[in-house]
Amino acid sequence: MKLGANLIIGGVLFALAIVVGLLAPWLAHTDPVMDANLLNAEEPPSWIWWFGTDGQGRDIYSRVVYGARISLTVGIVSQLVNSVIGVTLGLTAGYWGGWWDDVVNGLTNLMLAIPSLIFALAIMAVLGPGLTSLLIAIGLTNWSFTCRIARASTLSLKSHGYVQAARVLGYGDLRIMITQLLPNMLGPIIVIGTLGMGSAVLAEAALSFLGLGIRPPYPSWGSMLSEARDQITTAPWLSVFPGLAIFLTVLGLNLLGDGLRDILDPQSRSRRA
Amino acid sequence: MTGPALIEVEDLRIDLDDGSSPVAAVEGVSFRIDRGETFGLVGESGCGKSITALALIGLLRPPLSIGAGAIRFEGREIQRLAAAEQRALRGNRIAMIFQEPMTALNPVSPVGRQIAEMFVLHKGKSWREANQLAVEALASVRVSAPERRVKDYPHQLSGGMRQRVMIAIALACGPDLLIADEPTTALDVTVQAEIIELMRALCAERGTAILMISHDLGLVANVCRRVAVMYAGRIVEERGSDDIFRAGAHPYTQGLVDSLPRLGSRAALGRTRLREIAGVVPAITNFPDGCRFNPRCARATDICRTTVPETTLLGAGGLVRCHHHA
Amino acid sequence: MLSFVIRRILQAVPTVLAVVLLVFVLFSVVPGSIASSLSDGGGAPPDPQVVERMKKQLGLDDPVYVRFGSYIAKLAMGDFGTSFRTREPVTTMIAKRMWPTLQLIFAAMVLAIVIGVPLGFIAALKPGSIVDTISMVVAVSGLSIAKFWLGLVLMYVFALKLGWLPSFGYGAGGLKYLILPAVTLGVSPMALLARTTRAAVLEIMTADFVRTARSKGMSETRVVKWHVMRNVLVLILTAIGLQFGALMGQAVVVEKLFSWPGIGSLLVDSVLQRDIPAVQGSILVVVLFFLAINMVIDLLYGVIDPRIRYA
Repeated sequence: MKLGANLIIGGVLFALAIVVGLLAPWLAHTDPVMDANLLNAEEPPSWIWWFGTDGQGRDIYSRVVYGARISLTVGIVSQLVNSVIGVTLGLTAGYWGGWWDDVVNGLTNLMLAIPSLIFALAIMAVLGPGLTSLLIAIGLTNWSFTCRIARASTLSLKSHGYVQAARVLGYGDLRIMITQLLPNMLGPIIVIGTLGMGSAVLAEAALSFLGLGIRPPYPSWGSMLSEARDQITTAPWLSVFPGLAIFLTVLGLNLLGDGLRDILDPQSRSRRA
Repeated sequence: MTGPALIEVEDLRIDLDDGSSPVAAVEGVSFRIDRGETFGLVGESGCGKSITALALIGLLRPPLSIGAGAIRFEGREIQRLAAAEQRALRGNRIAMIFQEPMTALNPVSPVGRQIAEMFVLHKGKSWREANQLAVEALASVRVSAPERRVKDYPHQLSGGMRQRVMIAIALACGPDLLIADEPTTALDVTVQAEIIELMRALCAERGTAILMISHDLGLVANVCRRVAVMYAGRIVEERGSDDIFRAGAHPYTQGLVDSLPRLGSRAALGRTRLREIAGVVPAITNFPDGCRFNPRCARATDICRTTVPETTLLGAGGLVRCHHHA
Repeated sequence: MLSFVIRRILQAVPTVLAVVLLVFVLFSVVPGSIASSLSDGGGAPPDPQVVERMKKQLGLDDPVYVRFGSYIAKLAMGDFGTSFRTREPVTTMIAKRMWPTLQLIFAAMVLAIVIGVPLGFIAALKPGSIVDTISMVVAVSGLSIAKFWLGLVLMYVFALKLGWLPSFGYGAGGLKYLILPAVTLGVSPMALLARTTRAAVLEIMTADFVRTARSKGMSETRVVKWHVMRNVLVLILTAIGLQFGALMGQAVVVEKLFSWPGIGSLLVDSVLQRDIPAVQGSILVVVLFFLAINMVIDLLYGVIDPRIRYA
């Protein structure tokens, strides 16, 4: 059973996406926003325009390349926010218990009762479109699972000898949480984080597609697909490349997450035989 | 030999194949059990006794498989039979009970049904008849109010009760051989005695032979007429239980006997601490050459490190494999 | 059993209240959002006098708890407010769109279960085989695809190029129109169910009680039928419940793509046009529906897993 296959393929895809995003200015052929020449509008893919051009005459390839920046930024940053919120709430809830635990549990139940895309939608409605709003909206919707895991982990580790020993030695609560408890739950948290990045990328794409996230003319893979829909009869190639980019990036993250799970969280249910 | 054996194991080898080169987890194992006899197989964890039992009932799964040797049940070689024929024997003529009663029963099915399955599977009964027989089966393992208990789910029963259910299931079809793999290890001490006594009584009643597998030499010596001691995949000694309990011919057996805590004996024998056997059981991939016990043996000499000991027959039907046996 | 049901319903009440509060807070208390949305004609800055008037009219100047109180009171009577956009009661708008959304969600779920669970089973029964690898690759791909992209591609191939199916809309409610949206929506739950089922079957197949079952002399088929299936069901039921919730969220995108007249597209349009009552109403309905489904799943749990009943 090639346990490493997931890790390698996923890692490569993800690394590829990051490299593309980082090197966008060098990889792209044109400026993704400004270089719009109507004379070039709706050209099918060719040797000059690798992915073709859109209705405004912009080079799709360059826009896809730059789009990586947006998707990855949102994916990574918002998941980071989610993980931080989840770990903080879960760790403290498990450690201190009492009314705080009840509050956190209530909040978690609440979050789990609302489909995350809908919650993100609602927040975007309040905050208005844009990158920051996206980061906040997606960053606030995906922390419940991390929180549960952190809490469960804390509860089971709390009674271990070394934690109580640390207490006896006079370690403060914060120190115990960070140095004793946190390292032991990092494995599952990293796995969830990686998979969560995939969901975040999809969420950004969805929100941008709906017109609530990154708005044209900025090149988000999601909003590009929204434009593509309007021109599907005249320029069907517009629908291919942004979606493919999303697919490969998210696939990479999912495979990477699965691969990491095999290493870091071997008791997890979804492991392969 | 007194007449045909019920089950005879000849030169059994069980291979472990996990992708790299296959390794023999159990090697050259031979023994026989007669009708109605109680036979014990003793050894530490990892010596191969459980997988030997699984081989007998045909439940070995990859990466384990039978590499060589024969298992003869009533004279017929059963390890080579077609799957359907093996299934006709399994549960019906050869039955097994396992160590962990907590997890050995289906959690979402009433225990009565799990017993009744036996009758439907092997005796061609209808579910109606089978359910009735299940009640009787529960009664036979001394469960009170069996007609109510059949509707219970496993999680509602205590460990001892669950093991009784397991015994009821195993003995339902009147098998000729009951294999019991550490049947009481997971139970409370007080319950252990009851369950063992129950098993012994029922099997004696029905003429069922018992193969008792355990790491507890004292327990096995109590229940079984003959005992085989296994170490690192090989049988090192086989004797009548009285003889073995008094003194082991093989140094390992002697070590096991010595390590048994016995009431009142310590002061009498001048001992103040429990004796143990130094060292640990070797891993399957790391069996020593020659006699596998040699790294831990006080009597070991050069020949022990190079040559596998031959089988020496002892009086009264026993055997031992040691260069320096008692 | 009845007490279990009642307990479960009572447990849901605080969550419902919390959601209502949250929705209220989100939209009514955020300063300026309502009034400016109302007078946000063409993006021009709102006329302060108009804003003042609207505020008075909508009671936006009243203290928070008064507003919340009247909000709850109206909700209790089924009044979700009036749409800023169309001026019709939100309740009517939602009622019209409930059925199409329900159709879509259930169709997608049925598809997901009917294809995903057997796929997971087959993959698990031969772990490591070609069948297994292919199924799981398909599954992980299904999870990585952006729904709206898949929908777009399907739309292009089956509607525009091949002309077999209509490319968007609800039509007269015929099955034809349901197919593309349902397939698009159903792919990711199908993928997830396939993976979950596979994991569940693998876990159960190596359980002690399955070894006991085999030791009874049962054929593998019988082992699966009598002992494995129900235990697997218990494990995947949670996944199915969670999927329903996720579907409700993702239906939004699919509905928009296919111009499916459901609550999802209502929500999106309302958000884009800042029609706050409609947004609030839609979100509430979606969440309530999700909670209801979860409750049904929990009750089902009690039916099939005897351990829960006695908890």
